[in-house]
Amino acid sequence: MTQVCKTSKAIGGMGHSMKRKEDGRFLQGKGNYVDDIKLDGMLYMDIVRSPYAYAKIKKIDSEAALKVPGVLAVITGRDLEQYNLHWMPTLMSDTQMVLPTDTVMYQAQEVAAIIATSRYAARDGREAVRVEYEVMKPVIDPFKALDPSAPVLRTDKPGKTDNHIWHWEVGDKARTEAVFASADVVVKEQMHIPRIHVASIETCGCVADYSKVNNHLTMYMTTQAPHAIRTVIALVAGHVGLTEEKVRVISPDIGGGFGGKVPVYPGYVIAIAASFLIGKPVKWIEDRSENLQADSFARDYHITAEMAGTKDGKILATRFKVLADHGYTDASANPSKFPTGMFSIATGSYDYGTTFMEADAIYTNKPPGGVAYRCSFRVTEAVHAIERMTDRYALEIGKDPAQLRFDNFIPKEAFPWHSPTGWIYDSGDYEAGLRKAMDAIDYEGLRKEQTEKRAKGELMGIGISTFTEVVGAGPSKDFDILGIKMFDSAEIRVHPTGKAIARFGTKSQGQGHETTYAQIIAEELGIPAENIQIEEGDTDTAPYGLGTYASRSTPTAGAAAAVAARKLRDKARKIAAYLLEVSEDDLEWEPGKFFVKGAPEKSKTIQELVFAAYTNHPQGMEAGFEATHYYDPPNLTFPSGAYICVVDIDKETGEIKVRRFVAIDDCGNIINPMIVQGQVHGGLTQGIAPAMYESLIYDDDGNILNGTLMDYLVPTAVESPNWETGHTITPSPHHPIGAKGVGESPTVGAPPAIANAIVDALSPYGITHLDIPITPFKVWKALKEKGAI
Amino acid sequence: MIAADFNYEAPTSLDEAFTLLRKYGDEAKILSGGHSLIPMMKLRFASPECIIDINNIPGLSDITREGDIMKIGALVREAQVEHAAELLEHFPIFADVTKLIADPQVRNMGTVGGNLAHGDAANDHPAVMMALRASVVIAGADGTRVVPIDEFFFGFYSTAIQPDEILTEIQIPMPSPYTGSAYHKLERKVGDYATAGVAVQLTIDANGICTYAGIGLTNVNPLPMRAARSEEALVGKKITDETIAEAARYASDDCNPSADLRGDVEYKRAMVGVLTKRMIHKAAQRAVA
Ligand SMILES: Cc1cc2nc3c(=O)[nH]c(=O)nc-3n(C[C@H](O)[C@H](O)[C@H](O)COP(=O)(O)OP(=O)(O)OC[C@H]3O[C@@H](n4cnc5c(N)ncnc54)[C@H](O)[C@@H]3O)c2cc1C
Repeated sequence: MTQVCKTSKAIGGMGHSMKRKEDGRFLQGKGNYVDDIKLDGMLYMDIVRSPYAYAKIKKIDSEAALKVPGVLAVITGRDLEQYNLHWMPTLMSDTQMVLPTDTVMYQAQEVAAIIATSRYAARDGREAVRVEYEVMKPVIDPFKALDPSAPVLRTDKPGKTDNHIWHWEVGDKARTEAVFASADVVVKEQMHIPRIHVASIETCGCVADYSKVNNHLTMYMTTQAPHAIRTVIALVAGHVGLTEEKVRVISPDIGGGFGGKVPVYPGYVIAIAASFLIGKPVKWIEDRSENLQADSFARDYHITAEMAGTKDGKILATRFKVLADHGYTDASANPSKFPTGMFSIATGSYDYGTTFMEADAIYTNKPPGGVAYRCSFRVTEAVHAIERMTDRYALEIGKDPAQLRFDNFIPKEAFPWHSPTGWIYDSGDYEAGLRKAMDAIDYEGLRKEQTEKRAKGELMGIGISTFTEVVGAGPSKDFDILGIKMFDSAEIRVHPTGKAIARFGTKSQGQGHETTYAQIIAEELGIPAENIQIEEGDTDTAPYGLGTYASRSTPTAGAAAAVAARKLRDKARKIAAYLLEVSEDDLEWEPGKFFVKGAPEKSKTIQELVFAAYTNHPQGMEAGFEATHYYDPPNLTFPSGAYICVVDIDKETGEIKVRRFVAIDDCGNIINPMIVQGQVHGGLTQGIAPAMYESLIYDDDGNILNGTLMDYLVPTAVESPNWETGHTITPSPHHPIGAKGVGESPTVGAPPAIANAIVDALSPYGITHLDIPITPFKVWKALKEKGAI
Repeated sequence: MIAADFNYEAPTSLDEAFTLLRKYGDEAKILSGGHSLIPMMKLRFASPECIIDINNIPGLSDITREGDIMKIGALVREAQVEHAAELLEHFPIFADVTKLIADPQVRNMGTVGGNLAHGDAANDHPAVMMALRASVVIAGADGTRVVPIDEFFFGFYSTAIQPDEILTEIQIPMPSPYTGSAYHKLERKVGDYATAGVAVQLTIDANGICTYAGIGLTNVNPLPMRAARSEEALVGKKITDETIAEAARYASDDCNPSADLRGDVEYKRAMVGVLTKRMIHKAAQRAVA
């Protein structure tokens, strides 16, 4: 299906590749980020961090630090304890230290905070603090964490006797076991989806500005969810007087979030406490290493994956057993009822009878996290498992992995499709996507070339990933965070001259909301997108919403914008009927105006109708032209994609070159094709990242081995192949504008395409699986072990 | 950068710089491109009392040929090397190496002199200079000395430069006709230090006999390293698959890499072998071209 633009370019509704309205200020260096905020009398905070993964704090000696010129205070856990602010809840109802009173639980954990008159003095003070530790043997290997001999880490939890956090399961265990027992073919791999970091260009930070006179806190903060944060602050600090009406959270421009700016980090709470106690604004901005070493990680799932099928390639069942390394506390950013997020989407794009999935989460001496890094809550892990196993199964039975997929896809007639784990996939056409990708890349030609190359001993691989995403959390019956339902909101105000401002409960971090939301409203009201100002991020002005992450903005707030705009269009119709002296039923709408059926010369533009709403509205009608909507989605949306990757491998060095990468995405109706393409490019680059470069690595003592960007390898333009993108369009049937969300698809779908291509290249030597990131060294080692070199 | 406090001096002559160096002793650090020094100060691995910025001293930024010697001023930037036609004509290896030193930002600032003075076997120029048998000119208040590259590196971050001295120039002997040079390193991503790197310069006479071989290795030894046995394996012989294999094997055996996230010792030795082979081929091709 193709999409046609219903509006003119001047209006700039859906389907127009309008240039991003926000880019003017970004490209000219006029963005306003947290670190740009400077307030009178502002103080600066720095944080002393633990060099050890697990240690008792014997003494914190601040004397020398307090002598450093400019240092005003050193705050420790004992200081916060007096106000009962030394602990805070996590989003998953676990608990996390703000500052420790006794024990540090991971390397780089916050130990004390320095408040000083300059950023430099604060850092000098940090260097001067002396902490005495009694080092203990940490639990690092998650597989050993449940050993009876492992120390119990969370002794703060009364009655805790092991390092187990929770068990979760879904599916039909008995039926799945029966299918596995009788299946002709069973394949199994142990895989690790590595612990990675969002590594956004802007690190986290805040300016906490507490006014004693007004008993009011303004919190400027790099947050993807300002409204939820305000509520959390009120819940944590209400007892010291910071109730919700006394708190204003402002999230200014954000330099990349990717899920890493959803959680509340201890630094934020300490900054608030410091400002509250001292009565001056306190700025805290992490440096790069702190960001990488202490802020929330993503992924870190160890998965035992199994697939059962027939000899000729019909998938019968899957089984996934997950060991989730959560670090020292469960600080995942998941909806409350979903401890594994949406991992249960792991049945994938395939139509088969049964599955069983289970997960156990455990504590280790690593930083907490589990954020949804450009991924709708653990979908990346799920997609990797199913897409890797699909290729594994194809390899086992000697069938082409593309054909195997065609033979197992959920047919497009079967939508809405009820998955074995309870999801209702809204729409999809997987076959069309894969066909399009195969045509674009010349799949047949590549397979021929591969055969020739293999005969010469050269390594070339082709990898496919045909994934289904699940985004847009979510319907209020299932989805909440700390009890707050996961709706989102839009408020539109049209001024008398027909120009508008609209505010949202979400918060862009680079996604281009200022443009796409304006286009949605332009589509519905015919007011040019140029004339619609979009604002987000200020809890005093924007309507309440749960924020931007998990590709939820378009499915929720974007839908709210469309519905609110339709309420206004209904009002405009009433005004038009009044002005044109016809009944509402006699009016017809075309983008930008109402006209009388059969008499198109009798019409009123939206601008005229808005003006009338302020100057000449019908008696009995409320004046003004404003509408608000809180949108509770009836279902999630299920974007999909078909990705094909071609790699060439240098047998002697193990170097991998991604020769081509074709990505066909289906995100339903497209608001702005250029922005979608940009999102896909960025997402694919963040997809090669864990596939080939990134993972946070710890030694046995819990020391991070790559805690700076010198060794944590974020790919650049040089490492990025030429992305070839395209799309199919299968609108969401339940979304007001048929859109699905796209920001995360490429990050979710790319890693298995790359891993599959690499394994495909190496498969002649008996290699069936390699864990990502697949580095040259790993490839070389595997070839060596198989005697190939 | 949130470095510790430091003084900043910007002398406009070498003499002025020497006076300052004498004043601060080993509490001073010279600043050239700053792309090794500043990261260390940012992480507070280095907290010098004084930074002596030598960028305002004239006469240190030229690439000139004087008879049999090619001279590279200490402040010549990588970006300048990339476009130095005469240098690249005689030493194509510089086109190889600058391309592999990080990204344009780093190359616009980083200097060849600083790259050597930093004294890090992970940097790329040390191995190149070994292959070319370069010398380093070191100046102090009491005069100037010329130190062969083989005697320049002392240890990790430690070189022949004394605290009161400045590296002012690099001198490279002009090659005989039919000389070719090449460099490559394996890196995990752009700007990474080498998993292994190999620099080769060869001269091949009219009879196909190798009359000169220079081979330097990057980041596979505590100090920048000359692969002496590999050189010997080539000189006086024809460049054949057998001699190349022998040279590669020696380089692989003689280096002393340590395991890190880039790979284990076995992998690095193997990569030294592979790259030595490839760079000899490439240099030989360039020599006869
Ligand atoms: C992101 C990044 C990636 C990099 N990647 C690479 C790479 O791939 N390969 C590579 O080789 N290098 C790499 N580097 C290092 C870069 O090439 C540096 O520029 C170089 O190592 C040092 O040169 P400089 O002019 O910047 O020296 P500076 O940083 O100014 O100085 C380095 C040291 O040498 C001393 N020094 C400098 N000049 C003199 C002098 N004339 N006399 C006496 N002492 C002096 C200084 O006091 C200091 O101790 C990278 C750097 C960065 C930031």
